[in-house]
Amino acid sequence: MQERELRDLIADVKTGRLSRRSFVQQMIAVGLTAPMAGMMLAQSGVAMAQTAIPYKPTKAGGGGLLKILYWQAVTLLNPHFAVGTKDQDGSRVFYEPLAGWDQEGNLVPVLAAEIPSKENNGLTEDGLSVVWKLKKGVKWHDGMPFTADDVVFNWEYARNPETAAVSIASYKDAKVEKVDDFTVRVTFSKPTPFWADAFVGTYGMIIPKHLFADYIGGKSRDAPANLKPVGTGPYVFVDFKPGDIVRGKLNPNYHMPNRPYFDNIEIKGGGDAVSAARAVLQTGEYDYAWNMQVEDEILTKLEGAGKGKVNIVETGNIEFIMLNSTDPAAEVDGERASVKTKHPLFSDPAVRQAINLLIDRASIEKFIYGRTASATANFLNAPEKVRSKNTKFEFNIEKANAILEAAGWKKGGDGIRAKDGKPLRFVYQTSINAPRQKTQAIIKQACQKAGIDVELKSVVASVFFSSDAANPDTYTHFYCDAQMYNTTMTQPDPGFFMNQYLSWRAANKENKWQGRNVSRWQNKEYDEIYKQAEQELDAVKRAAMFIKLNDLVVTDNYIQPLLRRPKVSAVAGNLAVPLSGWDNDLWQIANWYRET
Amino acid sequence: MGKYILRRLIIALPSLLGISLILFVLLALAPGDPFGELATNSNVPPEVREALRVKFGIDDPIFIRYLRWLAAMLQGDWGFSFASRIDVDQLILQRVPTTLFVVGSSQILALAVALPVGVYAAMRPYSIFDQIANTFAFIGFSLPTFFTGLLLILIFSINLGWLPFVYRVDIPATGWAWAFEYFKQAIMPISVLGLFQAASYTRYVRSAVLDVIRLDYVTTARSKGLNEGKVVIKHVVRNALIPVVTLVALQMPAVFGGAIVTEQIFRIPGIGSLLISAILANDTPVIMAVTFVFACLVVVFNLLADIIYGWLDPRISYR
Amino acid sequence: MAVASIGILTLLTAAVLFGPLIWRIPINEIDFTARLAHPSWDHPFGTDDLGQDLLARMLYGGRISLAVGFAAMAVAIIVGVLIGAISGISRGSVDAALMWITDLFLALPQLPLLLLVIYLFRDFLKNWVGPEGGVFILIVLVIGAFRWMPVARLVRAQFLSLREKEFVEAARALGATTPRLVIRHILPNSLGPVIVAGTIDVAAAIIAESTLSFLGLGFPPDIPTWGRLLFDAKDYLDIAPHWALFAGAAIFLTVLTINFIGDGLRDALDPRRVM
Repeated sequence: MQERELRDLIADVKTGRLSRRSFVQQMIAVGLTAPMAGMMLAQSGVAMAQTAIPYKPTKAGGGGLLKILYWQAVTLLNPHFAVGTKDQDGSRVFYEPLAGWDQEGNLVPVLAAEIPSKENNGLTEDGLSVVWKLKKGVKWHDGMPFTADDVVFNWEYARNPETAAVSIASYKDAKVEKVDDFTVRVTFSKPTPFWADAFVGTYGMIIPKHLFADYIGGKSRDAPANLKPVGTGPYVFVDFKPGDIVRGKLNPNYHMPNRPYFDNIEIKGGGDAVSAARAVLQTGEYDYAWNMQVEDEILTKLEGAGKGKVNIVETGNIEFIMLNSTDPAAEVDGERASVKTKHPLFSDPAVRQAINLLIDRASIEKFIYGRTASATANFLNAPEKVRSKNTKFEFNIEKANAILEAAGWKKGGDGIRAKDGKPLRFVYQTSINAPRQKTQAIIKQACQKAGIDVELKSVVASVFFSSDAANPDTYTHFYCDAQMYNTTMTQPDPGFFMNQYLSWRAANKENKWQGRNVSRWQNKEYDEIYKQAEQELDAVKRAAMFIKLNDLVVTDNYIQPLLRRPKVSAVAGNLAVPLSGWDNDLWQIANWYRET
Repeated sequence: MGKYILRRLIIALPSLLGISLILFVLLALAPGDPFGELATNSNVPPEVREALRVKFGIDDPIFIRYLRWLAAMLQGDWGFSFASRIDVDQLILQRVPTTLFVVGSSQILALAVALPVGVYAAMRPYSIFDQIANTFAFIGFSLPTFFTGLLLILIFSINLGWLPFVYRVDIPATGWAWAFEYFKQAIMPISVLGLFQAASYTRYVRSAVLDVIRLDYVTTARSKGLNEGKVVIKHVVRNALIPVVTLVALQMPAVFGGAIVTEQIFRIPGIGSLLISAILANDTPVIMAVTFVFACLVVVFNLLADIIYGWLDPRISYR
Repeated sequence: MAVASIGILTLLTAAVLFGPLIWRIPINEIDFTARLAHPSWDHPFGTDDLGQDLLARMLYGGRISLAVGFAAMAVAIIVGVLIGAISGISRGSVDAALMWITDLFLALPQLPLLLLVIYLFRDFLKNWVGPEGGVFILIVLVIGAFRWMPVARLVRAQFLSLREKEFVEAARALGATTPRLVIRHILPNSLGPVIVAGTIDVAAAIIAESTLSFLGLGFPPDIPTWGRLLFDAKDYLDIAPHWALFAGAAIFLTVLTINFIGDGLRDALDPRRVM
């Protein structure tokens, strides 16, 4: 998709010919995020929609106990240390950001009085600063007033490398100052088209200055409030047992009227996803269960009990297979899979193309993931086709056979193709997770029919996804021919996401395999366009460049997308839960209520 | 005897030190690192990860880290959890009562089932009772706890709706209502663990009693006209207890260490689930603390078993 | 009973060895039209959620399960008896050292150790004896290494008690050497718990193998061992009970027969047999 097409689409949204929602969906389909789409619209003069989150109760309280089940337990409650979504969600019960992202990429104000825009003088033409107006009359749970000092403090706290906050990336390149008690200005060192990162969403939750001021930097771990949060959120802290349970009770002074609905809240953790689904859908013991990584077959069966339903929201997560462009068997300068080598099999485009044809995406979707994933071949088809059922992926064993035959890979006596004495045999690894192992089995069988022998390997997730420089089984070492995992795009700005294919980011021994380019795929054109995109101020032009980048990656067949993975949760039948794929599950916990 | 115990206790200290060194080295060498989750998160720059590694001293040589750990441990500092960013002893103490209750009760249940059934089965080998007891025992240890636990959940929670399957430490009730709820949620995990254990205990007890029951002195006692019950209790069981004591001593540390699989299935916040989540998150200080306490218990209980042998069979001499 | 059990066990072994020659459906033949099919003439044991034939998978996986079960049991028993016997007959420092090793192994956290073992030895063994053989040796050794300690403690306890018994004293007075004492008199009398431990260990090893493959240490994920089938089937217990049924029954049958053979063996070996 070119810049001009993007502009046409935006014009359509402006005139109302295209709905905001379908524009956002098309942007997601080409590999961008909903927040980025929202930013493009805002910059082009389409105002953010005022999201009305439905809420019926007419008074606070009276809802009893809300029971939430996470199959990974919350381990800490300081949002600046919260790495996993479980910890971010736990913190979100007590702490709030200035604004959150809704499903359509709109910013929804929480502690902000309004969303900055050019009209309210929140944004400047040069893209160098944002002014946030804060909501007045907000009180911390201990009665202290919430002011601009707290917001400025969070910036100081998080940007200090000694604090070791995981939110550092959102704050370290900005400067935050207090304008008055209820106004702060965020100034960027260079024009920043994506201004809504600091104080927004997951990494934007605000902690109180009066309790954390003495614990900045190296002392951050000693703060008593790390375990006993005092926030502005709808629920007040009651009790926390790390790795087990978080409990809260209604905040009588909450800053939104008639909220929250529930008198008490608890988040119980542990166990496995299937039994969590059972507890919500089958027995009704719990009201909400997070992240249902369960075969759809089981979910559908459990829904039959009539106690609850499965809730699915779109995200930018993609499950994909990566073919190694380097040779994992050869050792060069003390490392395998060195960028100085070429993969003996995959360097032949015919092999890559054949493998692409041998992935039965439709069946993987239909029989393993069901509603919990949608097959995708290509982030990059023309928008109107993207969401249709006949996307351009193809599963065709004969065609794969023909391509291999034509490229000179001939079947040997054992039925395995070979060329120049090199048999078509490769190792395909992934982390241990039942649907992934089934996907492996399906692909292996199709490859077998095309004369390709696949050896399956699975690595326990805690090792596969670790950053251990000494362990060859991590996904970043990629000492293997092919691997599969899920790349998440929770960061609102795709800039972070797209740097994973830059030549100079290749994971290698020198950078202790911390480089984000795991596939070691290298492409000059890609590098050039990325450099341009970094400089680009115009959100639409920048988006067009990102789309072009995606295009380059995918059409080369080293990276083979399989499925888009939405956020799946189990919800009790009578519970109203506003969810968003671009923010935490509990981002609107204040607006949860039970239908009566 | 007293001298023997004293000597064993003195040996126990260096042997524990040795075990702790081996445990520490093993954990340090094991693959995975505590900040792995940061690595997959593109929002976190590598510098933060490096800062954390330096802060927690992970890149120092193993031996220095061991000495540091040992020095801290001797002063009662158990370490600091990477994942929860709090002190390890706090984490462990929160979970000890639950584990003691669940695993402890299951051990008592196991013995309460296995001793009478095993003894009675051995007194009438190959009788109907013996055959039935054996068959149940075989089923018991053929099926893993992940399977039986799920089976019980399906039957009692889902089909019948009698019992809850999510274990909660904070039941919002008091008095008898609290006790009843607590009991209800504990039935399934205790039965799963207890019966699995009982299955193998039964076999051992049966075998031990069979070994003793044919010995000469038992026959003598019987021929003297002592009644059967007395013979069994006084002469047979006491001598047959040696293997049972060995097994129980082997199982006792687990009362602290928890039962990983069962705790996971029923979401019991015990030491076992703490350990497994620490392992999956590579939270080394927690793993080290739990395994070290476990090691201490192993040494202590095996020593205790050795002492009890002497009491059960006074002819056993220690030199 | 023991004879019948030997018959059944032989039958089971023959089935897994020669069954795949007769029942020729490939184990990984995916058939989406027959997913979770109940047992029928086409699929006597039904199919799993990818429509793979469970009978074929059971027969294939059974070879590995049975082999792992017996080999790991043998390792655990041999190591356990050796250490227990040496420790029980000798006194002082040898006993203390061996019991220290036993305590150490009991205290080792299994999961991190397993991950370490995979990391250190998998590639080495794979290059040395090929992927399947290497994994087999590794699994047998690992399961054996974690299960010998109870046997050692049990044997030692038996030895401590038996070596002071009259018949041993008598034999010693008659001038029997220590090895003779051990082999002819003490060991046969302490086999009771060993036989029980051996039978329990077969079941435990078959199940442990599935746990290992879940950690990535076991066989590749597409090899359907019995323990693995049971594990995969557990979430479908109320949807497709047949999936778990046959694997569970196979493990049970194996354990049952081995136990009866063990009982028979024990009665046959019993030096005080008064039948």
